[in-house]
Amino acid sequence: MTSSHAAAARARVPLAHWRHHFASENAALALRVALILLMALLLALSSDAFLSTANVLNVLRQASLMFLLATGLTLVILCGGFDLSVAANLTLSACLAAGVIKSGASPWLGVATALACSTLAGALNGLAITLLRLPAFLATYAMLWILQGLAFHYMGGQEIYGFPPAFRALGTGFLLGVPVPVYLMAAVLVAGTLFTRSTNVGQEIYAIGANPEAARLSGIPVRRRQLLVYALSGLMSGLAAVVYLARVNAADSGMGEPLLLPVIAAVLIGGTSLFGGVGSLLGTVLGAIILALVINGMNLLDIKAQWQPLIVGVVLLAAVLVDVVGRGHRERIG
Amino acid sequence: MNAPARSVTYRTRPLPAIVPIGLFVVVGAVLAGHGFASERNIANLGLQASILLMLAMPMTLIIMSEGLDLSAGAVLSLCSVVMAMMLAGGHGLVAALAASLGVGLAFGLANGGLVSLLGLPPFVVTLGTLGIAQGAALVLTEGNAVSGLGPGISALYADHIAGIPLPVIIALATWLVTHVLLYHTRFGAYVFAIGGNRDALVLAGVRASAWHIAIYAYGGLVSGVAALLLTGRMNAAHPTVAIGMEFDAIAAVVLGGTSFERGDGRLLGTVLGVATITVLRNALDLLGIESSLQVVSIGVLILVVIMIDSARRTWRVHPA
Repeated sequence: MTSSHAAAARARVPLAHWRHHFASENAALALRVALILLMALLLALSSDAFLSTANVLNVLRQASLMFLLATGLTLVILCGGFDLSVAANLTLSACLAAGVIKSGASPWLGVATALACSTLAGALNGLAITLLRLPAFLATYAMLWILQGLAFHYMGGQEIYGFPPAFRALGTGFLLGVPVPVYLMAAVLVAGTLFTRSTNVGQEIYAIGANPEAARLSGIPVRRRQLLVYALSGLMSGLAAVVYLARVNAADSGMGEPLLLPVIAAVLIGGTSLFGGVGSLLGTVLGAIILALVINGMNLLDIKAQWQPLIVGVVLLAAVLVDVVGRGHRERIG
Repeated sequence: MNAPARSVTYRTRPLPAIVPIGLFVVVGAVLAGHGFASERNIANLGLQASILLMLAMPMTLIIMSEGLDLSAGAVLSLCSVVMAMMLAGGHGLVAALAASLGVGLAFGLANGGLVSLLGLPPFVVTLGTLGIAQGAALVLTEGNAVSGLGPGISALYADHIAGIPLPVIIALATWLVTHVLLYHTRFGAYVFAIGGNRDALVLAGVRASAWHIAIYAYGGLVSGVAALLLTGRMNAAHPTVAIGMEFDAIAAVVLGGTSFERGDGRLLGTVLGVATITVLRNALDLLGIESSLQVVSIGVLILVVIMIDSARRTWRVHPA
């Protein structure tokens, strides 16, 4: 399976091979859709509020926020890396955007600030990993605390709230009865899937994740591609920050931290392997919906918010376990 | 003291960049004034360093074995909460310490088992257990501080032996125990071997998994003891008090020159890292610079030290 990606970047592979590949991938996605339906059924049976329009839209909004944040992380993990700084990156760019908008500038300047700041932080991660050769988790862990520290300093323990309606529409608006963030999720999913499936650069990302040495030997500019995925991860954190800020209408220095574990869990539950080269953005969408259902279910069933880190931690460990078991299975069937 | 470690590799390996940078930080702190060199502040430094030193000792072994423990701060918080609840419930100090040790050991065994037996990546495993420990502490306390512990534990924290504060003695004892474990026992040799080439160790007939789990279990036990200091310092426990403390511990290990990839490093380097971070934070405190910017400065310091060390390594391999 892994070799198919490496080869696909350079040459055509036999059609039969691809058919086999898509068949196994479709089965994995179908399994996740079935899990979502099962969870929805259980929640509908145990809570009357679950199937209300407001709640379903709420789950979709929550899922789209997590998906936006998880998109960049998915690309990074596909490429064989990791990014622990996504949530802190969201926090800092949301706080900066809030400051810019509150100072009276155009909301679009705020959006631009968030995207620029987050992309810069992502690119710095990429430079630390490709130039200094730091292990990805160490570089992005240090970046997590640097960004978090800057956000604390910038906010000084305060909250910035109350933004113009035109900006808030990005998070709370509707178009034809569907929340705006869901359109953003769909747009990012389509663009991202085209990018990873149908462009050379996208296929090279899979190839690097599957086997960096083989990728290097087949002429792929490994370090440039790694830099790209970390910068993209930063950019997506910035986009998620804008949507989140518009939805909750307030920024504080602790807003992103509770998202880190669910987002990592969403990517892994979506079937993207921590060992690189295997996974898809479509899977991550399903993972984000599953995590949104977990969190929504906890709210509906009146489980206190204090339980959330514990439950999400267990879900995360379960997701890693499934990944490892699945990897063993894939290796056995070759 | 560490004679067996003075092997050929010990002497030929150059000092990590933390030595000159640590000196620079200390001299800078003294010169900047604001009462840094006062007797009171020096005693304060020792107390501040003691909990960090305790977290950083097992973290060194974990990182030497190509691992990582992001859950250390959350587990320490949970141990402190459990200890405080035992004390508030009228149990004795010994029972409270035993409960804290039990919680720490359980998380250490879980981390080690998931990393070693199932081959899961340590940073994701310990991120998961971080969530579980943090959640458990929040659920147990409903998000509130635990107080009303009686005078026993704060008296213990304030105690002195031969003029040295008891917390400092406990931390130094942890250093001594870790040193003996690492440099004078089979366990220590296996720590280096697991980081260097775990497969070779398995092929040599060693039950590598058991020793690998023991590394994380040791970390959990030390967290259980460190909870004594953390709880005694405030005479209370808060469910999120030590969150983020693992960052300082990991930073101290990395600053001290321990590598994530080759199973090498030195315990003394970590001690210097702990000293540098403590002095840096203390000096910035005295200069009125808030904790959030201290974190940023530690992050930048890590990058600087790693850049210097990697540049020197390149130079040694390809001298100009």
